Amino acid sequence: MIQFQHVFKRYPERGEALGGINFEVQTGELVFLTGHSGAGKSTLLRLIGLLERPSRGQVVVNGRNLLTLPRNQIPYHRRQVGMIFQDHRLLQDRSVFDNVALPLVVTGLGQKEIGRRVRAALDQVGLLKRERATPVALSGGEQQRVGIARAVVGRPPVLLADEPTGNLDPDLSREIFELFERFQYVGVTLMIATHDLALVNSMRHRTLTLDDGRLINDTGSW
Amino acid sequence: MRKARTPKLVELPGIWLGQHIQTIVATLGRLMDSPLPSSMTMAVIGISLALPAALFVMTENLRTMAGGWDQTAAISLFLKFEIDDQEAGRVADEVKTWSEITRVHLITREQALAEFRDLGGFEESLDKITKNPLPVVLTIYPGPAHSSPEQLEALQGKLMKRPEADFARMDTLWLQRFQAILDLIQSGSLLLGVLLGIGVLLIIGNTIRLEILNRRVEIEIMELVGATAAFIRRPFLYTGAWYGLLGGLTAWLLVTLATLLLQQPVSRLASLYRSEFQLSGLGFAATGLLLASSILLGLIGSLLAVNRHLRGAEPG
Repeated sequence: MIQFQHVFKRYPERGEALGGINFEVQTGELVFLTGHSGAGKSTLLRLIGLLERPSRGQVVVNGRNLLTLPRNQIPYHRRQVGMIFQDHRLLQDRSVFDNVALPLVVTGLGQKEIGRRVRAALDQVGLLKRERATPVALSGGEQQRVGIARAVVGRPPVLLADEPTGNLDPDLSREIFELFERFQYVGVTLMIATHDLALVNSMRHRTLTLDDGRLINDTGSW
Repeated sequence: MRKARTPKLVELPGIWLGQHIQTIVATLGRLMDSPLPSSMTMAVIGISLALPAALFVMTENLRTMAGGWDQTAAISLFLKFEIDDQEAGRVADEVKTWSEITRVHLITREQALAEFRDLGGFEESLDKITKNPLPVVLTIYPGPAHSSPEQLEALQGKLMKRPEADFARMDTLWLQRFQAILDLIQSGSLLLGVLLGIGVLLIIGNTIRLEILNRRVEIEIMELVGATAAFIRRPFLYTGAWYGLLGGLTAWLLVTLATLLLQQPVSRLASLYRSEFQLSGLGFAATGLLLASSILLGLIGSLLAVNRHLRGAEPG
């Protein structure tokens, strides 16, 4: 589902962020991405979501070679990749419902179908009763779950999460990770960047470790 | 795992239309959410467009008024008093042979007197006069190729040199000058319209630019979840079109209001000149043109801003 072939990413201002990354993730895998901050975890995820392009090498996602993907195809690629961020990236002046509906609204889906799918997604993250609330009125854990609902509402085959539990206490973090496991069960491919090693070690999933832009360890599938 | 359903081809036009209608309604809603800034922008655009529109209405009205007057170039040649109708007829026949003359109309002394009597107000004084005090007049019409002010002046001089001539008066030269002035004002108002149009373009462009900057975060998130460039641009373009339309309507309202206010005094003035002249406002075609160009200005203005500030999802 996700293939990295000899991928380099260099920023003009801070040098090499990734240096020669090779790996492959199969459909339906859940992969943790760990490493100290600045190791290149976010950069790697950003390459998959095509928020950035590699300086060198090939990234192939769901059969699409992102190197040759024309710019006007980027939106359609992003609809296939759900992204979750540490800071949630929610629209603070819109309701929970509107936030989750956004990926469907941009595809031009009908109102009725949007309502049905948004409620299904909110139900999955346990926030069905909060659809009218604005994000400000929610706790950090709830906001993150809204972000997750938004990422999965379009039923993308790939989910990426960048430090999704960075601001949450251990219990809430575990809840979120268990939620991710449930998506894996229905066939979604997930890559989760985190430095919560205790949690990663307790969950027994394939783990890639980055250090200074290089892949130093791959546990392989369990 | 169910993949996201892609719409069937037959559904696409419906989705496209639905998205447009939704955006049209939503953008108007956004404008009404902040009525004060929206109406200020609207007023600025309206006043800018009202100025050239008002000038247009003014010149059109003056043209209609002038159109009521005889516009063919003519010279009235007043013959000396001792020339009688018969001799005048000979002069007329001779002048008629000149190459620059197409037609000569002879007004006998009797006809002139009758005409004078018809004008009214002079009956009593005329009754006291026993002898007809009016001379014979020849109205001389030159051909269209000989009707420029210079040619008319030359013709006037030529006629004055005749021994039978008392004096010759150009009836229509001032009218031609008036027409030329009208043309000048109309060209000026067109120029003013172009300048103010560019102003409107900049106002709308800047308003849209600020709107884009205000909604940066929202735009970024929409790009993140897979909104196409067209989807993100659409509301801004419609907002520009709305500003244009509302500004155009404001301009129309201003001009129409001014016309209504001036209707009464203009009619009174016209009646003093025994004229039926009525002030007319922006006609149907002119209103259409005003609204169409204001919408177009709105669209182009927002297009400029959008092209500059919204380039779609661009990976680094």
